[in-house]
Amino acid sequence: MINFALDIGKTATPEAVLFYFLAPLSVFAGLGMLIVKKAVHSALLLAWIMISLAIFYIAQDALFLGIVQIVVYTGAVMMLFLFILMLVGVDASDSFTETIRGLRPIAITAAIGFGGLLTTLIGRATFNRPITGLASANSNGNANGLAKELFTQYVFAFEVVSALLITAALGAMVLAHSQKTRSPFAQRDLSIARFRKDNLKDAAGLPSSGVYALHNAVDVPALLPTGKAAPTSISAVLEARGDMIESSKFQLQQEEEEK
Amino acid sequence: MAIANYLYLSAILFTIGAVGVVIRRNAIVVFMCIELMLNAANLAFVTFARINGNLQGQVVAFFTMVVAACEVVVGLAIIVTIYRSRRSTSVDDASLLKR
Repeated sequence: MINFALDIGKTATPEAVLFYFLAPLSVFAGLGMLIVKKAVHSALLLAWIMISLAIFYIAQDALFLGIVQIVVYTGAVMMLFLFILMLVGVDASDSFTETIRGLRPIAITAAIGFGGLLTTLIGRATFNRPITGLASANSNGNANGLAKELFTQYVFAFEVVSALLITAALGAMVLAHSQKTRSPFAQRDLSIARFRKDNLKDAAGLPSSGVYALHNAVDVPALLPTGKAAPTSISAVLEARGDMIESSKFQLQQEEEEK
Repeated sequence: MAIANYLYLSAILFTIGAVGVVIRRNAIVVFMCIELMLNAANLAFVTFARINGNLQGQVVAFFTMVVAACEVVVGLAIIVTIYRSRRSTSVDDASLLKR
């Protein structure tokens, strides 16, 4: 009674080989997405599934969608996912402790039921029209045919979708914007802070590197009027990295002789 | 090979995505599983376009891609905002309304 092989046309052998090679791999990648601990690995497996789907689209005469799938999904969307993963920390791995007791068995049982329902539904469906394929619809090229559909019958939906895209971009900007808790230090604030200090030695500002010294490189300390090197003239970062040249090397020789 | 095999694959991938949304705790992984479900639906649309011999299924798949892109942009912005205030992307940590 149940007719499992839905008679809606057969494919050529090369496509069958492609399908039987890629479909199990993408299903395993999907199962792997559920199992792997790190979010980055999930993202990579999802990228693999998306590439296989792009190949399936191209195999099914949807050339434009196949290219768009690679450009938009594996290109833009997956890159965005990886970018956010980098932002919130790549090492943030998922904890596998069940927070709701019995959630996992229930979810898996429900999934088996749902999947079984879907597959039997597909298996029992009948299609009482001859399968024509896309040869006539794609006669002017897939992109041309798609463009004709998009800009005639679906032009209103196209405009609505463009409004949706703009709204999404604005929404992302609003969400990503963060209120500053204090006003940034401006030149004026820094100047006031210098003069309010206990000692006015640095009131005129710290010397820049290389002033009066033999070289004007950033790692060469400035020379004070006394001829001594001023270590404060060099960035603390260079000092911490050990890239600073020994400041005594640049002191004026006369100074030393006088002493 | 029957063309319907693509529909079976689409159903399996959709189910895997649905399970992932339920059992994974990391909000970003949950999001990726939603993307997987959208992609599975797209595969079904493309296959039905081929069965029916016209391009309308492909047009719908195209619109799905645009909507999915919007969804990713807004959803990831929400995740970043939540991460900024809670230092966590776990969907279980955002349970302020429960208590």
